[in-house]
Amino acid sequence: MTHELNLPNQPVPSQKGTGHHEPERHETEHKAQQQNNQTTLMIEGAGCVSCVGKIEGALKQVPGVQSANMNFADRTVLVEGAVSPDQLIQAVQKAGYQAKASANNGVDTLEEKEEEDFKYYKRLLRDMAIALSLGIPLMAYGLITGEMSVNTPTERVVWLIVGLLTLSVMIFSGKHFYTGAWKSFKNHSANMDTLIALGTGTAWLYSMVVVLFPEIMPSVARHVYFEATAMIIGLINLGLALELKARGRTSEAIKRLIGLQPKTARVVRNGQEIDIPIEDVVIGDNVRVRPGEKISVDGVVIEGHTAIDESMLTGEPIPVEKQLGDEVIAGTINKTGSLIFEATRVGKDTALAHIINMVKHAQNSKPPIGRLADVISTYFVPVIMIIAVLSALAWLNFGPEPSLAFAIVSATTVLIIACPCALGLATPMSVMVGVGKAAEAGVLIRNGEALQTASKITAMVLDKTGTITLGEPKVTDIVLTSDESKDTVLQLAASLESGSEHPLALAITESAKEKQLDLLTVDTFNTIAGHGVEATITGKQLLFGNEKLMISKHIEIAAFVDQAQSLAAEAKTPMYFAVDGKLSAIIAVADPIKEDSIAAIQRLQANGVRVVMLTGDNRNTAKAVAEKVGITEFYAEVLPEDKTQKVQALQMEGEIVGMTGDGINDAPALAMANVGFAIGTGTDVAIESADITLMRGSLHGLADAIAISKATLSNIKQNLFGAFVYNAAGVPIAAGILYPVFGVLMSPIIAGAAMAFSSVTVVSNANRLRFFKANKS
Amino acid sequence: MMIINLLGLALIALIIWWFWIYQPKNESLEAVQHQPIKVANGVYQPAFVTVPANQEATLSFIRTDESPCAETLVFPELNISETLPLNHVIEIKLPALTPGSYTFHCQMQMYRGQIRVEGES
Repeated sequence: MTHELNLPNQPVPSQKGTGHHEPERHETEHKAQQQNNQTTLMIEGAGCVSCVGKIEGALKQVPGVQSANMNFADRTVLVEGAVSPDQLIQAVQKAGYQAKASANNGVDTLEEKEEEDFKYYKRLLRDMAIALSLGIPLMAYGLITGEMSVNTPTERVVWLIVGLLTLSVMIFSGKHFYTGAWKSFKNHSANMDTLIALGTGTAWLYSMVVVLFPEIMPSVARHVYFEATAMIIGLINLGLALELKARGRTSEAIKRLIGLQPKTARVVRNGQEIDIPIEDVVIGDNVRVRPGEKISVDGVVIEGHTAIDESMLTGEPIPVEKQLGDEVIAGTINKTGSLIFEATRVGKDTALAHIINMVKHAQNSKPPIGRLADVISTYFVPVIMIIAVLSALAWLNFGPEPSLAFAIVSATTVLIIACPCALGLATPMSVMVGVGKAAEAGVLIRNGEALQTASKITAMVLDKTGTITLGEPKVTDIVLTSDESKDTVLQLAASLESGSEHPLALAITESAKEKQLDLLTVDTFNTIAGHGVEATITGKQLLFGNEKLMISKHIEIAAFVDQAQSLAAEAKTPMYFAVDGKLSAIIAVADPIKEDSIAAIQRLQANGVRVVMLTGDNRNTAKAVAEKVGITEFYAEVLPEDKTQKVQALQMEGEIVGMTGDGINDAPALAMANVGFAIGTGTDVAIESADITLMRGSLHGLADAIAISKATLSNIKQNLFGAFVYNAAGVPIAAGILYPVFGVLMSPIIAGAAMAFSSVTVVSNANRLRFFKANKS
Repeated sequence: MMIINLLGLALIALIIWWFWIYQPKNESLEAVQHQPIKVANGVYQPAFVTVPANQEATLSFIRTDESPCAETLVFPELNISETLPLNHVIEIKLPALTPGSYTFHCQMQMYRGQIRVEGES
């Protein structure tokens, strides 16, 4: 029996150095918080630096304002003084600007983002409508009459007007493409705007040359492509709008998490209950929560008794009973009773804030599978530009007449059809949805790399105590082997274990508490790693631990080994207790197996995962537990450092190993495994450092995590495949590779539509993951 | 036709030089500290920043570009990713770095920038 007592309760060290670095981030002051007589306003309509003085001046004239300092960069102004935000907003409005105050609690940021996104969406639709209102009639005219060329003076005038109309569409609806392309060009970089600007610009310029100087063109080449320019601008704006909508859905999980946080809290101050904004709650505040209300910040119950629904954070459907001294978590819902709790963590320190932060960062990280697409994206646009030039040259050299028109069409089509966005979006969109989906299931995935590796896990190592079992053992038997009474044995054993937080030690101290036994002062104390402890209490030499400890200290136990083994066979953990060199008792502790461990382990095995159990417990207990849960491969009496070796040994066998532990004494093995899973409760600080954290104790989380990772990876592969194939096939077809055989050349309008919808397809495919359900059968 | 072909090849050479070979001038860290790096119109302005080696540094970013592509800022070599809300200054603290080049970009790598870390290694 291994007795891992008195291990320091330390957080898990960072895993393998692959964790996503969390940057220190500040949203420099602002946004609208009114605290300590400071108010921050967001200003709209301040377009130049000279506005700063005007706005500050207007605010300083409001009675009570001590100072007003505007940050022009982010259009916020910090006002000091006991003045209501309404007065300040009125002052700003009088000065000719708009202002608003909002709470800086993440929720408003999200609302602002949605508001901004909606404005952008409407603008894109407007731009689309304007461009298509010119493009569609022109295209229809071309299709019906087949006449899009300049042959007569009248046609020149008409097409000149159309050309100028197209120019106005380019300026009004496509300005952002041209500005972006130019700025990007000056920066020696190229992006999607570059391709669109070049493609549409080339088509328009060529058409204008045909209109203005038809005589320099062969008559067969006097074709205009204004409809292509207008249609491409319209379709790409439509594509961007649809992509924006689809993107919004990819972040639904994080929105739901952010939405869990209430905006106000009812605190008891000076004997009165008052509702205050959530950001004004400070540590130590007593917060009242009534039935049906959300817990506003993290805290400890100081009055009342209730059941709290924590399913939104842990996925655990059954409400959890809370009473005096229990911890409550922000974002969870009080179901039945009224309670008062003392705030212990507020603002960015709450478990919910940590979870949101972690999910956000994980959503932004990329798994290694996306690296090839990243490399391609780096060179993509200039390569497409080169292909467009080569294509034009090929048509000019080898193409039929009008070769110039063919060259222009092929170059334009190549530029327009190529879609770096589809490649760039393929991985991040799926990660965004997959990580969010996992968070909804109570599984926190630390980064993209963990997500990818989890999809490949072939062996899962499970720690026994606290992972397969509840980790809340109870004393079940005290077998006396000397004249000491059971109470004396329990009192002595509990006294020497009183400083330990190990579950077995807690079981013994809890048992002593139940029997109302006073704990004695420990004179000397020594932990013998992997064996147990030795101590001196009231002059008595005490030894408490496993068989190895007794043998090493020459305690005679031979006559009692059978009894210990029979206890172990019942999945109980027997521990030897010796007083003054003589065995005094065997204390057995049993740790109940979690309700759904058996089903979860079966589920892992059914999915082809090799499940291995490691425990510091003795072999018989380990065997009994393993048999109960259906694990055939287990290792007992494993020291913490040996767990790492076992993980390594599995890796040497070629397994991709997941290791699941409680995040404290399993830290080295968690770090060694390909993916470390920590079992948390949603409040653990350790969630920041494990590869994957299960917010509820159920091992179903492991199978869920693997299933979601597999689904996400599969989705990424579909996206990458689609994006690669799209570009690899689309660009040569646009260049005219089919022309020699089939005599067809793609229209730039078709290319524009294909390009616009390729990104939407990628994002929509990623969104399919939202409907993924892990099969628990 | 020969002239057109030569012009085409020259254009290709120009593309290669402009986008891949030319080394743009870098802004100093001091300059960036006074004015946040602006994320607008498809680019970071400035996109090239020199940072002294072996010292922590802070870069500020402000996104005024509504495109959702601009929303995420990634420093792949430093494992940093951050969401840039519209019209808000976000500070990114960089750890002390060894000399070399470190890229930063948006999620789709269409917006690209580079930090050049200079000094003794």
